[in-house]
Amino acid sequence: MIFKDYNPLEKKMLQIMDETGTIVKPELMPDLTDDEIKEIYRLMVKTRETDKKALMYQRQGRMLTYAPNLGQEAAQVASAFALEKRDWMVPAFRELGAWLTRGAELEMIYLYWYGNEFGSYVPEDLRILPVSVPIASHLQHAVGIAWAAKLQGKDEVAITYFGDGATSQGDFSESMNWAGVYKAPTVFFCQNNQFAISVPRGIQTAAETIAQKAIAFGMPGIQVDGNDIFAVYAATKEAVDRARRGEGPTLIEAYTYRLGAHTTSDDPTRYRSNDEVEEWSKRDPIDRLKKYLLSKGLLTEEEEAQIVEAYGKLAEEAFKYVEANGETQLEDIFKYHYKEMTPQLVEQMEEYKQFLRERGEI
Amino acid sequence: MAAINLLQAVNEALRQEMKRDPRVIVFGEDVGYEGGVFRATVDLQKEFGKDRCMDSPLAESAIVGVGIGMAINGMIPVVEMQFSGFSYPAFNQIISHVARMRNRSRGRYTVPMVIRMPYGGGIRALEHHSESPEAFFAHIPGLKVVMPSTPYDTKGLLAAAIRDEDPVIFLEPKRIYRAFKQEVPEEDYIIPIGKAKVVREGTDITLIAWGAMMRETLKAAELAAEKGIHPEVIDLRTIAPIDRDTVIASVKKTGRAIIVHEAPKTGGIGGELMAIINEKAFLHLEAPPTRVTGFDTPFPLPRGEQHYLPSPERILVKIQEVVNYLT
Repeated sequence: MIFKDYNPLEKKMLQIMDETGTIVKPELMPDLTDDEIKEIYRLMVKTRETDKKALMYQRQGRMLTYAPNLGQEAAQVASAFALEKRDWMVPAFRELGAWLTRGAELEMIYLYWYGNEFGSYVPEDLRILPVSVPIASHLQHAVGIAWAAKLQGKDEVAITYFGDGATSQGDFSESMNWAGVYKAPTVFFCQNNQFAISVPRGIQTAAETIAQKAIAFGMPGIQVDGNDIFAVYAATKEAVDRARRGEGPTLIEAYTYRLGAHTTSDDPTRYRSNDEVEEWSKRDPIDRLKKYLLSKGLLTEEEEAQIVEAYGKLAEEAFKYVEANGETQLEDIFKYHYKEMTPQLVEQMEEYKQFLRERGEI
Repeated sequence: MAAINLLQAVNEALRQEMKRDPRVIVFGEDVGYEGGVFRATVDLQKEFGKDRCMDSPLAESAIVGVGIGMAINGMIPVVEMQFSGFSYPAFNQIISHVARMRNRSRGRYTVPMVIRMPYGGGIRALEHHSESPEAFFAHIPGLKVVMPSTPYDTKGLLAAAIRDEDPVIFLEPKRIYRAFKQEVPEEDYIIPIGKAKVVREGTDITLIAWGAMMRETLKAAELAAEKGIHPEVIDLRTIAPIDRDTVIASVKKTGRAIIVHEAPKTGGIGGELMAIINEKAFLHLEAPPTRVTGFDTPFPLPRGEQHYLPSPERILVKIQEVVNYLT
């Protein structure tokens, strides 16, 4: 229903809770219990605290290049919260909140950013694909997963995350097109954080919204306030339900802002003003939800402090584990390219081991 | 046993594997209703339905990329690139994901898919329809590359590729799709990937080729035999991983080697084979290994393609050169 009422061609953006934490569209409030809203809040704080720590470890030279999530917690957590355990998530690389919401362990996530492939060894009971770096290429995988589920009669939906820059790629169009043709149960979730590294959203497309691109592919699209958990959740839930009912894919544009750098190798002060960042800081998704929770008596300042502290500790412990266990085993570099190593790989590995042995290094 | 051509062998392998394993699905441009522009998938949609053999949108990157997702979610996609020269838009998917997903996820996710592509020239086609791109794929860790040359091998190798738990690039020599028939068992069988075959025994020189170039190479061997030179001929069959043992055993016996391929010379698989021979059989060599290949040019349009493709005569001249080296 909301997809009809929020036609992106009419430049309507779905917002349910405004920047002051006030519910402005009570009739659209999604069906979430107070406990669930609180859980979303906890996951957002968990995302923020563990993200901050990762950034700190990187600055200390203990973590590799890292893509921070500051400001995008609502978009990530509230969307992933609308999925069932059996559904699939196909991420890009700035979805820490979605990973945590889906139940991924922080040790694994940190291990990836520490530079070890085992950080992408997702446990069997979690349906999350590894981080995908080539922009928009993974959207195709989400469509394939969703289409395969449909063909096999499995009740599974795939959600895939990407940024505003990804919508310029051919793979974005090919994926949306295919999902539309075969009604693959896919949710295309765009975190429009306004920048692809230094390039602003206006240089990615002349379209007024990203959401309206859905129309050309024969599916609904909606632009939502990406810093409002209720808008994000409501739209995602409806998209997931539609997909489950066999009605096909949906494009969601979560309108948000990357408050931090693209990655730790980027200096955003070169391409945007402090005023702009300041302005967006006022729309902080966690502050907004906190105001709502305080007003409802669902949270106290003390409790917040406890939550923040607990997640800070969790991050420290997780990173301690990663630093103690994160080095790559030599054989693992060779072992996983094929089901069985080729004679060529065996030979290369043995030759290198011999080299190390002769130098007394193994 | 029935006599069938190479194209029919492709069709038969697909049909038998689809029957054997319900996870096997076939899709690509025109492969469904029409049965493919070469008719490799003819009647599969009729027999197995639109959920097992589908027409795809005209988008190579998506054919491969969507296939990756299907493989991850329990299916075995056998997808077609209509011509290997149209596979380049799918390179990112093939190189960045098909080949890497197993390693990236340390074995959690695998992509047991087959990417079929008709390859090669000599069919008087338009530009981009005659490419021989095996070296691109053989260079990528995580892929297997197979190029059959006969109906019998095609059926057994394609079945093996479909059953393989790793991704396989299956390059079909379209020039000889219908060139000749061969007795092929009706029941299913496997030819192992990674094994070359000595198709003609000889003592004087080793000729190594694959795919459509096998016919030219075997003809050249016959011409040489008429002149008293007895080449051993190897059909490489798998381009990655290369069966080094078969190659080296033969070269140690003959002391001489020529590689024949229709891809451009520079950076081609011929160079790789020469390197392997140098590394493993140097002291057995009577002459430097060498090659007869396409030129370092794009494949010419039909009015010039006869100059580009290695011919039995060009191969014969090279054989005589190598056999008479330093004499």
